Amino acid sequence: MLLAPTTRVRPARWRALDESHGRSLTLGMSDARRRPVLCSRPLPEAAFPSSPTPLFNSPFLAETGAIAQFAGRFFREGFRPRYEVRELLYQCYVVGYQSLPMVGITGFIMGLVLTLQSRPTMAQFGAEAWIPTMVGLTIIREMGPIITALIFSGKIGSSMGAELGSMRVTEQIDAMEVSGTNPFKYLVVTRVLATTLMLPLLTVLADVIGLYASYVGINTKGVTTLALFTNNILSGLTFADVLPAFFKTFFFGFAVGLIGCYKGYYAEKGTAGVGAAANSAVVVSSLLIFILDLLAVQITGLLGFN
Amino acid sequence: MPPETNLQPTAPPAPTGPAEVVLTLEHLTKSFGDNHVLQDFSLDLHRGENVVVLGKSGSGKSVLVKCIIGLLRPDTGRITVLGQDISTLDHEAMDQLRAKLGFLFQSNALYDSMTVRENLLFPLRRQWLAHRRGEEKDLVQQALEDVGLANTIDKMPAELSGGQRKRIALARTLILRPEIILYDEPTTGLDPITAREITSLIREVQLKYRTAAFIISHDMDSVRGSADRVALLADGRCYAQGTYAELAKHADPRVNDFFK
Repeated sequence: MLLAPTTRVRPARWRALDESHGRSLTLGMSDARRRPVLCSRPLPEAAFPSSPTPLFNSPFLAETGAIAQFAGRFFREGFRPRYEVRELLYQCYVVGYQSLPMVGITGFIMGLVLTLQSRPTMAQFGAEAWIPTMVGLTIIREMGPIITALIFSGKIGSSMGAELGSMRVTEQIDAMEVSGTNPFKYLVVTRVLATTLMLPLLTVLADVIGLYASYVGINTKGVTTLALFTNNILSGLTFADVLPAFFKTFFFGFAVGLIGCYKGYYAEKGTAGVGAAANSAVVVSSLLIFILDLLAVQITGLLGFN
Repeated sequence: MPPETNLQPTAPPAPTGPAEVVLTLEHLTKSFGDNHVLQDFSLDLHRGENVVVLGKSGSGKSVLVKCIIGLLRPDTGRITVLGQDISTLDHEAMDQLRAKLGFLFQSNALYDSMTVRENLLFPLRRQWLAHRRGEEKDLVQQALEDVGLANTIDKMPAELSGGQRKRIALARTLILRPEIILYDEPTTGLDPITAREITSLIREVQLKYRTAAFIISHDMDSVRGSADRVALLADGRCYAQGTYAELAKHADPRVNDFFK
């Protein structure tokens, strides 16, 4: 049996949920037949079946369920017309192009530091010739995707949380709804798609810059040619190293966009709500990136790619 | 010195006799948990008429206006806008209906990442008015002239004063030539002079375009200046209604308190 809503459902979210029902169902739920009769008093919208009702009175489970429903709504609404192509391209520009400097610098430092740190240990074993292979595998399989995703989460996740949060607080999302625009499609679907598509490209870029930085790092203490360096890396790599690492970045990008938009879209009223949305967008999406990474490692292992 | 507006009464005077009802609210109820905000609220709005809903802060005025525009759903009751029961509309039909409804938010809700021009173009482009693309420029110019702010077209909302932002928000509402405009506390947070200017602008819009206006307010100067009829929202229902003068002389102290 479903439980009646409790006070743990935050009232500030009801209006946002209400808006979501206005989209997914028909407006004006005056028809009593559409509403499940669960208790004697009128139920708030949060008690409808598709709302994130905290069945087990746990804020963590309620939040997880709400995020899952938000993701479900993305797939339901994202692939139906009307398609916001123009806004999607603009978001790709914002999310991808404007992140290039930060991702580039991070990738460069990552490759350089990794090389400089590993060199003394490798030298002890007389294995300096293995540095390019080792650094190449480390960057492409793990460090490139995870560091880029974390930096991306800090830059893009927080800005999405803050932007959508302030739009919610200042009623701009309601104004969009009133203008005949589905704000979920216009704001959320475009941003989540943009992060999902752009993070893999940024990761490839960070990998390439990181590897070049590794070449620079080797040449600070020794001498190698770019051709030899590249040859060493490629000889140690297989598609089983590259492809799973590439594909998991789509999921990282999806997580950053989804959590950033979720936190902003359902931000609490007031400036504190905007700050909390930006902050929790980064915290939750960073955590989710690590969880997804762990899952990706396990799945690729089960599939025999490790 | 108030900005020069381009709003002169050009429409023919309203016909005598009862005007067409454009908005009907019947027995609305709305609750948030145990907080019963609206309880059996009913009211009509006629074409070309300004109705002000008066009520204390927290009495449910904003909830009422958001129910009409479809941002909230009433628990029970019926809302009929321009002959259409909004509970029967899917979201596409609701979007089409919203093109005939304007909503001026209390916070203005201007898109702060867009210029004034882009703010005004947004509703035009979203309402599938592509066949009118050639007219976009003229419509934006006209709407800005209507509110006396044609020189702000390339400014960002953050560069405007509170009164200017309110006018731009009104211009964004007017650009689709709505038949009904819903004003959510249009003078709240403005100085008395700007509030008077906005009040007279509301009147000018009514006269020029013969729009019906549903105004939520608790600013008595604004109520006096803009209302053809006043309804008092108390205890979640329409407690009293009449002209400003009638309610000002009302014997009931709950009504009379507002007019002291």
